[in-house]
Amino acid sequence: MKDAKSSLFPGMTYTFGSTPGAALNIGSPVPRADALDKVTGREKFAADYYSDDMIWAGVKRAGVPHARLKGIDTAAAVNLPGVVDVLTSRDVKGTNRQGVVRRDQPVLVNDRVRHCGDGVALVLAENREALSRALDLIRLDLEPLPGVHDMEEALAEGAPKVHDDNPEGNVLLRIELNTGSGTAAEQECHALVEACFETPWQEHAYLETEAGWARQEPDGRIVMVCSTQTPFRDRMEVAEALGIPPQNVRIIVPYPGGAFGGKDGISVQSLLALAALHSRGRAVKMWWSREESFVASCKRHPAKMYYRLGAQKDGSLHYLDARMCFDTGPYDHLGGVVLTLAFEHAGGPYRIPNVHIKGSAVYTNNPVGGAFRGFGVPQATSAIERTMDMLAEKLGMDPLELRLKNALRTGDKTCVGKTVVSSTGVVECLEKIRGHNLWKEREAWKSDAGAFRRRGVGLAALVQACGYGPVVPDYANAKIELTDEGKIRVYCGVVDMGQGTAATSVQIAGSILGQRADGMELVLPDTDRTLPCGSASASRCTYTFGNALITASEMLRDRILERAADVLMAPNKEQLALVPGKVRCLRTGKEFGLAMLAAMMDEAQRTVVHRFRAPVAPEVIVPDEYVRLHGLPHAVFSYGAHLACVEVDEVTGAVEVKQYLSVTDCGRVINPQLYEQQIQGAVAQGLGYALCEKLEVSEGRIVSKDFTTYVIPSAADTPDVESLAVEIHEPTGPFGLKGVGEVATNGPLPAVANAVADACGVRMFHSPMTAEAVLKALREREGQG
Amino acid sequence: MKIRFVINGKQVDIESAADRRAVDVFREDLGLTGTKESCGAGDCGACTVLVNGETKLSCLMLAAQLEGTEVITIEGLSADEALHPVQEAFIEHGAVQCGFCTPGMALAAADLLARDSNPTRSRIREALSGNLCRCTGYQKIVDAVEAASQRMREEQS
Repeated sequence: MKDAKSSLFPGMTYTFGSTPGAALNIGSPVPRADALDKVTGREKFAADYYSDDMIWAGVKRAGVPHARLKGIDTAAAVNLPGVVDVLTSRDVKGTNRQGVVRRDQPVLVNDRVRHCGDGVALVLAENREALSRALDLIRLDLEPLPGVHDMEEALAEGAPKVHDDNPEGNVLLRIELNTGSGTAAEQECHALVEACFETPWQEHAYLETEAGWARQEPDGRIVMVCSTQTPFRDRMEVAEALGIPPQNVRIIVPYPGGAFGGKDGISVQSLLALAALHSRGRAVKMWWSREESFVASCKRHPAKMYYRLGAQKDGSLHYLDARMCFDTGPYDHLGGVVLTLAFEHAGGPYRIPNVHIKGSAVYTNNPVGGAFRGFGVPQATSAIERTMDMLAEKLGMDPLELRLKNALRTGDKTCVGKTVVSSTGVVECLEKIRGHNLWKEREAWKSDAGAFRRRGVGLAALVQACGYGPVVPDYANAKIELTDEGKIRVYCGVVDMGQGTAATSVQIAGSILGQRADGMELVLPDTDRTLPCGSASASRCTYTFGNALITASEMLRDRILERAADVLMAPNKEQLALVPGKVRCLRTGKEFGLAMLAAMMDEAQRTVVHRFRAPVAPEVIVPDEYVRLHGLPHAVFSYGAHLACVEVDEVTGAVEVKQYLSVTDCGRVINPQLYEQQIQGAVAQGLGYALCEKLEVSEGRIVSKDFTTYVIPSAADTPDVESLAVEIHEPTGPFGLKGVGEVATNGPLPAVANAVADACGVRMFHSPMTAEAVLKALREREGQG
Repeated sequence: MKIRFVINGKQVDIESAADRRAVDVFREDLGLTGTKESCGAGDCGACTVLVNGETKLSCLMLAAQLEGTEVITIEGLSADEALHPVQEAFIEHGAVQCGFCTPGMALAAADLLARDSNPTRSRIREALSGNLCRCTGYQKIVDAVEAASQRMREEQS
């Protein structure tokens, strides 16, 4: 059922298929608010917006990785019947630059092409056929420039520069840190191991490609419906890039069809707004094809990581030297922030008293690196966790015992020297694995492999920071209202791209206000109707918005009860209770309907707004303010431990994950069903990263641009995942929770790699571990043997 | 060309280029946006519909091929307001996250259960392997299809 107040993008009434009166208890597996409309096809995603007078907009992309743009011949395209307009950078009246920390990405290229996916011209056409023909007719005059495609070569003397105006050459951000006695501690180690790990790009592969619909209203404002994680930030970026006032941009965000970080930042937004400024009031739709999404969207950063890890004789970690290099492609696009988070997690969830860590994010002419679930931590975790297994082997220690011995406890310092004061459950996670049958009976299971099959088990211990860090304010503004129909309406300004924040918010407010599902309404992010809540990212959505919403809900509850106490002539609100649809006087049994009560309250009284800002860590880890701005260090961390049980086919090299156990400390679980969704989905994405997702890139050109050549896991490739939670109360979290969106993404690559090593004695330093790669490693080992 | 077919129980006559994609006919001409497009190349299953009772990928099907067929899209899976057991089970068992694969997935699951009333988990996984989902890891989808199959068997007996 839709709310009639806004015809363009309505709030929705919270209902279920068969249980509209479901109780919204905290801790109960309440089915999701959004499931009914999604399963019946009624839910309208950004890609589903069409209107009668609508035209289509599309982008001419450079197609070459590095070149000087000398001219654009648009004449043939402009003259094609059905073409409304062809726009270039000359039509962009603002800065023509987008980005989060560093605005270095053009809306439309004005001087230099820096990767194949750069947009050069924007075509507006009556239909998709004319659009497609016009894009083919645009001729680009490009002077090729030597490209830089390897991150280490990018750092070499004399390498081609991606940005001439960057004083650091091809370095976007460099961070270095010593703690304890730094590199001098290496000599004090009893055992030392070293390795170099390389991790590849990963494509987000959300099912809904980048999409939006926009129109310029008669008053000049641009109204846009689009698939994004960051409506409030987008609004500012679009306005600055195009030279229009931010208040003239309204961004409305239906449920995105998946995002995973890939929609944390601008995709279609500025282009759509530019198109709308030139469409004479007609609505404009843009919807990238899958191939365009592959070519133009950001990806998980490839990383090269050199690790040296040393321990004392008893297995106490003593020293870590980690050097990590991240390929950010031609634009910042959060690359500096991703590097900084990887840097903070370089040492995993362990106490390491002496470290030397060095990290760089490097510009290249490769595909753009950006935010992706885990945000640098999957790369770092894959390195430290594989190194831990190598160290355990060298020490002759059980890999689980080595992890337990060094696991962080509250009060310890992390590898960057930050004292952990929030809840710290990695020990409990590891202990849960130690007590589990999959671990206890692993030797029997392994020995039961069939002919030409080898079995192995592998561990990984995990940590993932929640929230933004010490400088960028991690805040949310919750708004909640008692409507004149007597419903409770939650204005959720943080995007729900599938993680379930919207449903959880309704569950939180409903539980506090004593309402069932059918008494609740929800308004999704809309820069006009909801309040700024920050991005849907960083495992922060329910933590930050939930904290704001709890207080707002309690304030509204008190106002309702106080008003009802006056109406019912009760001495105080403590004698009253909110029950579904009503307030009840506990002493007399008298009841008063919420709709009636709402009519007796002023609108200002019926609406509550509350802002929450997340706590930050006070430590100064690196004195450089610019690094602190990128988020070092964090205050709250979620933890986990994973166990992968794999079978390797000796003939083909294929790795099959037979069983998978995930244990998580994300604080208290508000909704077990949504918790499991996050874990199972993250593990599947992590298994794709570990085993099959291989983006083929040749000299900056993406070769695998579809799901035939870039293979993501299907239902037939994914194991059932056993997902346990240790549920340690986090005092700063809403109802004791911490973020759960990302932590489990970090486990599969190292856990599977460790299991492969356990199965057949081959350590895999590159991923994905395709059958071909594993077979090659097996052959090489045989050759050596 | 003129094309006549039945969609979700209703006969429609449309005027369309013969080579227009069926997915565009449904979404743009008939306003049935429940059918999603994700890859446009037959790799992902998001555009799955039932044609004469069989799953078809509507991004690979042309308007001319619709002539004389009976099509069910996600909008037509539930009869008279009552949800299909697969839809009920998807809601109850948490098989829905972002929801973009959901229409195609639900139709593929309904098609499976119409052919096999008691599939094993591995049979379900195999049957749904042409429908990609990036959110759920498929586990709750498989749970939901198992639950729906059990309920449908109970209702029949």
